[in-house]
Amino acid sequence: MSMNTQGRPTAPSASSVAVFETVSGSRGLLQHEDLLFEIGTAETTGVDLPKPKGLKNRLGGVKRKADTGLAGLSEPQAVRHYMRLSQRNYAIDLGLFPLGSCTMKHNPRLNEKMARLPGFADIHPLQPQATVQGALELIDELATWLKTLTGMPSVAMSPKAGAHGELCGMLAIRQALIARGEGEVRKRVLVPESAHGTNPATAVQCGFVVDEIKASARGRVDLADLKRKLEKTDDVAGIMLTNPNTCGLFETDIKEIADLIHKAGGYFYCDGANFNAIVGRVRPGDLGVDAMHINLHKTFSTPHGGGGPGSGPTVFSEALAAYAPVPFVTKDDDGIYRLVEHVDGEASESFGRMVAFHGQMGMFVRALTYMLSHGADGLKQVAEDAVLNANYVQARLKHVMTPAFDGFCMHEALFSDAFTADGIETIDIAKALIDEGYHPMTMYFPLVVHGAMLIEPTETESKAELDRFCDALESIARRAAQGDETLKGAPYLAPAKRLDETRAARKPVLKWTAPEIERVAAE
Amino acid sequence: MRYLPLTPEDRASMLATIGAKSADDFYTDVPKAARLKAKIAGLPDHQGELAVERHMTKLAAKNRSASSGPFFVGAGAYKHHVPATVDMIIQRSEFLTTYTPYQPEIAQGTLQTLFEFQTQVAALTAMDVANASMYDGSTACAEAAVMAARVTKRKKVILSGGLHPHYAAATRLLCEAQGLTVVQLPVAIDGESELAKSVDGETACVIGQSPNVFGTVTDLSGVAKSAHDKGALLVSVFTEAVSLGLVTPPGEMGADIAAGEGQSIGNGLNFGGPYVGLFACKDKLVRQMPGRLCGETVDADGKRGFVLTLSTREQHIRRDKATSNICTNSGLCALAFTSHMTLLGGKGLKQLAELNHEAAIELADTLGAMKGVEILTPRFFNEFAFRTPVDAEAVLAMLDEAGVVGGVRASRLFPGDHMGDVILVAATECTTTEDIAAYAAALKEII
Amino acid sequence: MTTYYTKDHEWIRVDGDTGTVGITSYAAGQLGDVVYVELPETGAKFARGDDFAVVESVKAASDVYAPVSGSVLEVNSALSDAPEKVNDAAQGDAWFVRVKLADAGELSGLMDEAAYTAFCEGL
Repeated sequence: MSMNTQGRPTAPSASSVAVFETVSGSRGLLQHEDLLFEIGTAETTGVDLPKPKGLKNRLGGVKRKADTGLAGLSEPQAVRHYMRLSQRNYAIDLGLFPLGSCTMKHNPRLNEKMARLPGFADIHPLQPQATVQGALELIDELATWLKTLTGMPSVAMSPKAGAHGELCGMLAIRQALIARGEGEVRKRVLVPESAHGTNPATAVQCGFVVDEIKASARGRVDLADLKRKLEKTDDVAGIMLTNPNTCGLFETDIKEIADLIHKAGGYFYCDGANFNAIVGRVRPGDLGVDAMHINLHKTFSTPHGGGGPGSGPTVFSEALAAYAPVPFVTKDDDGIYRLVEHVDGEASESFGRMVAFHGQMGMFVRALTYMLSHGADGLKQVAEDAVLNANYVQARLKHVMTPAFDGFCMHEALFSDAFTADGIETIDIAKALIDEGYHPMTMYFPLVVHGAMLIEPTETESKAELDRFCDALESIARRAAQGDETLKGAPYLAPAKRLDETRAARKPVLKWTAPEIERVAAE
Repeated sequence: MRYLPLTPEDRASMLATIGAKSADDFYTDVPKAARLKAKIAGLPDHQGELAVERHMTKLAAKNRSASSGPFFVGAGAYKHHVPATVDMIIQRSEFLTTYTPYQPEIAQGTLQTLFEFQTQVAALTAMDVANASMYDGSTACAEAAVMAARVTKRKKVILSGGLHPHYAAATRLLCEAQGLTVVQLPVAIDGESELAKSVDGETACVIGQSPNVFGTVTDLSGVAKSAHDKGALLVSVFTEAVSLGLVTPPGEMGADIAAGEGQSIGNGLNFGGPYVGLFACKDKLVRQMPGRLCGETVDADGKRGFVLTLSTREQHIRRDKATSNICTNSGLCALAFTSHMTLLGGKGLKQLAELNHEAAIELADTLGAMKGVEILTPRFFNEFAFRTPVDAEAVLAMLDEAGVVGGVRASRLFPGDHMGDVILVAATECTTTEDIAAYAAALKEII
Repeated sequence: MTTYYTKDHEWIRVDGDTGTVGITSYAAGQLGDVVYVELPETGAKFARGDDFAVVESVKAASDVYAPVSGSVLEVNSALSDAPEKVNDAAQGDAWFVRVKLADAGELSGLMDEAAYTAFCEGL
C-alpha cells in the first residue's frame, strides 16, 4: 500500500489550560475593540467626496475657528469597529428579554423593508402635500387602526415617544381645564404610588401637582384612599392610571374610578404601556378613558434600537378631542389628504404644536405593516398569548419564587424577593440570569413591591423558550433561597463583569479626551 | 400566524399547567360590559407578507421621493447622501433589536457607541459635554429653555426672530405649561443679534439660531456677553448639523447650551421622523441636563467599560423632581449619526460642509442674477430666502409642474407675516449644476 | 457643644446660636455609595422640616430635612469634589451646612445621642 501519512489530527485531545490571558485582548470570537478615536486619526476618512472648488465663502466671517479634530475610519475599519461592538450586545433576535412593561416582542423584518421604500424614507416633511398623498394616507390609516382598537374617536400622531405621548395627554387635559376657566384652580393630579416614573415627571412638566394614591393589598388602586382624596373636588385635574397596572394586574374598579374622577370634574389619563395585554379584547374607550398614549415600540413591534426612537400616538375621548395638538392629517370631501399645521380654523382650540413636523413616520410605516400582518384576529391572539405566556411563567415559578399577588396575572408576572436568603438580593438573581444567557427581568420596579422582579415574556416566545428560561430561573431561585454566595459575583460569562457605577457617578467622564502627551504635542 | 410560535397543543398544555380553562379566565377582572366578545369589527384579518407588501407599496408609490428630480427643500430637514455602510450597521440585530443599556455587562456595544456619539457631538458643537440624544431638535430646544429656567431660577425666555417657528412653538408650549413667560422677537431674516438688547435681569435664557430658518449665519458672541452680563444663559440652536463643519459652532460663541437637529448626518428625510436631537452644555450645568448620559468606568476586572450615569436626574429615579420626563433617547438614529460621522471624520465633515456651501453659492448666484429675484439672506451656509415678483405659492406650483421641487414658501411656516412672496431654498452635496440650471430655466418661464 | 439628632437621621452640633448640620453614619450606611450632594446657597433660609439638600447614590436621591429653622452661613464645598466623604466621615468632615438658628427652642424636640442610638436599634 502507499502510506500517505500527510495530514493532521482530526479529533481533539484532552484540553489543557482553561483560563488564560491573550495578547490581543480578544477571546476567541469575542473581539477586543478600542474607541474609534484611539484607532483612527483626524486625517482618516471613509468616504470619497469630490474636491470643493475653493470658492470664496459667503459666511461673512462666521466661520469655525478650530477644526473638530475628530477621528475618522476607513470603511473596512468602520465595519469592523461596529461589528465588534455589536458582539457585546444582547438582543431580542438572540434571546428572551423578560423585561416587564417593555414588551420586548419580535421585530418583524418586513417592517424594516417597508420603512426603507424610497416613497416613505426619501420624502421631506415640507415638500408639496400633493406629492406625499400616500404618506398622509398612511398616517390616516394608522390613525384609524389606533382609534378602532382603542374605541376612541380621536388620535394625535405627532408625539415622538411614550413619555412624549403622556405629555400630549396631560397638556390636552390642561387645555381643557383652561377652556373651562378652571386652569388656575384645578392643579391636582392623582397618581398611584406604583406608577412608572414618567407619570409624575410628566404631570410636573405640565404645571400640575402630584398627589399619590396608595396601592391596596391586592396590588391595585386603593379605592378607599382614592375616595378620601376626592372629598375635595374643586382642585382636581385628573388621574393618571396604568391599566393593566405596573403590577401586571387589571384595575378591577376602573369604571368606578373613571366615574369618580369625572364626577369630581377631572379627566382620566391612561398610560397605555401595557396595552399588549388587552389589545383586541378590551377597548380603553369603554372604560371611561379620556386620553391614552400608545407605545408603537411596545405593542406594535417597532424596534427598540438600543433606547429609541419610540413613537407615542395619543388617543382622545370626545371631551378632549378639540384640544389635540397640531399638526394632524385630515381628509377632505374630494378625497385629498391635507395637513392642518396651525392653531386656527378647524384647530383653533388645539393646545399647540409639540414638535417639528408630523411625527415618527418611520415608526408609522413599521407599525402599520405589523397591524396589517396580524389583522384584527391576529392582534386578539397576540394579547391572549402574551397573557398566557406570563401566567405560564408565573405558574412554573410560583413554588420557588414569591408571587407578589395571588391569582392570575395579565401579560407580566411580578415577584418579590421574600424567597431569597439574607444577603442575597434581586440584583444578584438578575446578574446570574445573564450567565444563563438571558437579559435580566425588570428589577426594583414597581416600587410598591420589595425587591420587585417583573417578568413579561410577550407572545413571540415559544413554549420551549419559556421552559428553558423557567428552568434556568428556577435553578437560580433555589440557589438564592439557599444563600449561595457565588451569585454575588455574577455575571461571570458576559463580555464585561459588574461595572463600577459609583465611580461613573462620582467622577463623570462623559467623552473621550486625547491623553496628555498627545495634547501637549499638538499644542 | 407567522409571529406567534404557540401551537394549539402548546396552549392546551400551558393552560393545564396554569390551572385555567381558557384565555377568558385571565380577563375576569375586566368589567363585563367592556369584555369584547368577538374580534374588533371594521379591521381586516391577518395577511401574508405578499399582500401586506402590495398594500404598502401602493401607498409608497403615491409619494414623490426627493431623489427623483431637482430638490431644494430645507427648513429643518435636509437631503444628504448617507453611505451604504450606515444602513448595514443599524440593521444589525444586536443594535436594532436591543433595549436601553440598563444592564451594562451585556450592552457594551450600545454604550460604547453612545460614548463615541457624545464625544463627537461635544466636538462638533465645541461644548464641554453632550448627552446621548433627544427626540429631535425642536424638543431639544424646548428642553434647553426649561433647563435654563431651572439653572437661573428665572422665568423669562426670549426667542429670536429667526428661530424655526416649529422650534419656537414647541418651546413656547413646554415653557408656558411650567409657568414661564415666553417673549418672541419680531420675525426677521437677520435679527439674531437683537437678542442682546432684549435681555434683562429676569431673563433665564435667550435662544438664537445659526444658521437660522432663513439660512442666516450669525456670530452670537455679542448676544452671549449681553446675556451673561445680566446673569442669563445663551441657548444656541441649529437645524443643519452639517453646518457645524464650517460655521462658527455654539461653543465658540460662548453658548451655555447647544440644541439642534442631527438628522443631516446618518439619517434620511423619513417625512419628519424619526430624527435625532443633539444637546450639549457647559460642564458646570451637566447635572441639570435632561436625557440619558453615558459615562466611562471600569468593571470588576479593572477593564474599561461604559455605563449610563447621573441617572438621578431622570424620571425613573427622581420621578416628580426629574429634570425632564424623557424616557427614550433616539438610540438607533444616534447610532446612524455616529457611524456616518465616523466614516466622515472631522476632515470629511469639513469637506462635506464646503461642498454644501458651494452648492448654495452657485444656487444663490444663479437665481440672484435673474431679474426680479432678490436674495434676502446676507450670510448663509446651505440655505437662504429669496423674494420673487410673483406669489410664492404660484411659483412653487409651476416649478413643480416643471419637475423641480423648488423649496418651501415662507408663508407655510409664517402664515400672516406678509411673506407671500418669499421662498426658502436649500442646496446640499446632492445638488448638481444640472439641478440648479433646471431651477433657473423653470423659474425664468414664470417670472 | 451638644449634638442633637432627628428621626430622619440628620444631626446638628450646636455652638451658641449657630449649628453644623449633616446626616448620620447610620443614614450614610443605608444609602450606599454617595455620589453627589446637592447643597443650598449661603444665605438661604429654611423652616424646620424643609428639604434643604439632596444626597444622591447611583440609584436613588434622598431629601435631607432641616432639623431646625435658620439661615445658611456656610456650605461644605469640599463635598462637591469628594462626595465619598459622606460614607467615610458623615458625622465629621462631611458636614453639609453651618446655620444660624432662628429659634433655639426647637432643639428641645430633637433626640440626644443615646436616644438616637436606641431609636436606630429599633428600626
